[in-house]
Amino acid sequence: MFELLSVKINGATSRVARGTTVAAAMLLADRPSRISVTGEPRGALCGMGVCFECRAVVNGIPHRRTCQILCEQDMTIEASR
Amino acid sequence: MTTTEVLVIGAGPAGIAAAAAAAENGCAVIVLDDNVAAGGQIWREATVGEAASAHRGHGRKWRALERLRRSGAQVLGGRCVFSAEASGTVQTSHETSSGTLVEQFHFEQLILATGARERFLPFPGWTLPGVFGAGGLQALVKGGFPVGGKRVVVAGTGPLLLAVAAHLAQDSAVVSSVVEQASLGQLARFAASLWEHPAKLAQGVLYRAMLWKTSYRIGCWVVEAIAGSNGHNLSAVRVTDGTRVWTEPCDLLASGYHLVPNTEIAALLGCKFRGTFVQVDKAQRTSLPNVFCAGEPTGIAGLEAAMVQGEIAGLACAGISTTLLQKRVAAERAFGESMEKAFALRKELRSVPRPDTIVCRCEDVTFGSLHGYTGWTDVKLQTRCGMGPCQGRICGPVVEFLLGWSPVSIRQPLFPVPLQAFCFQDESVEIATTNEPIEEKA
Repeated sequence: MFELLSVKINGATSRVARGTTVAAAMLLADRPSRISVTGEPRGALCGMGVCFECRAVVNGIPHRRTCQILCEQDMTIEASR
Repeated sequence: MTTTEVLVIGAGPAGIAAAAAAAENGCAVIVLDDNVAAGGQIWREATVGEAASAHRGHGRKWRALERLRRSGAQVLGGRCVFSAEASGTVQTSHETSSGTLVEQFHFEQLILATGARERFLPFPGWTLPGVFGAGGLQALVKGGFPVGGKRVVVAGTGPLLLAVAAHLAQDSAVVSSVVEQASLGQLARFAASLWEHPAKLAQGVLYRAMLWKTSYRIGCWVVEAIAGSNGHNLSAVRVTDGTRVWTEPCDLLASGYHLVPNTEIAALLGCKFRGTFVQVDKAQRTSLPNVFCAGEPTGIAGLEAAMVQGEIAGLACAGISTTLLQKRVAAERAFGESMEKAFALRKELRSVPRPDTIVCRCEDVTFGSLHGYTGWTDVKLQTRCGMGPCQGRICGPVVEFLLGWSPVSIRQPLFPVPLQAFCFQDESVEIATTNEPIEEKA
């Protein structure tokens, strides 16, 4: 029915439907997008690229707003710290 | 450097109408949008599975996008505008798989259709994962986050709450309650004013009907989000009506307090403001002769206002009279004003955050640490409030409501970009942010 893609979130493989945003994939995997400056886990808030709470390291590039990026096969995603 | 007659920033309903109108009348038009696809927030498409194609082929959204496609206007998605000069240049950053592409666009006329974002208000626990914006949760659901079977509380203020709740219910979420801070009196007057806008009234009634299982709590607001046993997820919210406080268990909270206009580019360009909104004349022209503005940045008034204002701005750029369309703007603006009155924030919301409640989420600055300061400059230097990557887009409206401080200044870059972005003034360059080599651009 849906085409599934494999992505790695903090090293663990997740299978998500094509079209899933990276922010949604991190929510699905129950992983925070980033750890705040005082150590709190945070995830997407605004969903539209404004709040930067969903920023994470995507394919090695830091500070990516994950709500604005779609998952791609074999993408590596890591929480920002 | 790319040169165009008309540059439109924002591909929501206002930007689409503006771009199509200008292009249909002979202008070369480029539209830039931060999002991947055109449509803005209100016409955001589901990107996953069956839902991604379910609503295509009919409706206003489809007609607008189809018109845009046929008009010949070029739409560039994923372009984040970080600098702009009224002399005629806009700079954007575009994230690619190998780094950041910095592009320059030169324009003769500029149309700002930058829309609005949600207003967030802080309460203890609002930084817990599981707490989202109202429109925020809806956008994430469209991006593939399933809410089926999850218990959701939708809270805050504004017409968006019912729309979000109805869509979440349609996606099989269990929307236990909608918590609206506006009083019954305010809402009744607003509902009465809707008789002049029958389509909007019908939409509201439809949403309410879709939510027949949901409690609609008027004159109530969330005072706390409570963490579950692991401390890192949401288990319940505390809600009050001003006299009584009760707990509602939930998995997700969608909380938004109406809208804030995105006016950063207009402010950077030096456009005159009318309060918090960009001042425009009847042709949507700002105080700068070659800069137009349409939609929410000129006053929060919704979809119809955005579409007609965009149309006017596009036609005005092409030198066509818009006198007939201007009457419709007045009617829609009146709707916006009645909305503003109906969903005005109650003063009790100012006493919801505790001293240890975070106000600036980027820098984890608490409400208590703002005490003793008199304004933004002080507080930025001493606490870093508003100095993080969102550049005060979230905490700015919060601080304005809680402490009455208006923003003081705006500077480029409007969004974080690599430092190298400023080294290239006349050319488009790709800046590597990984160790992998960048391929030569054709």
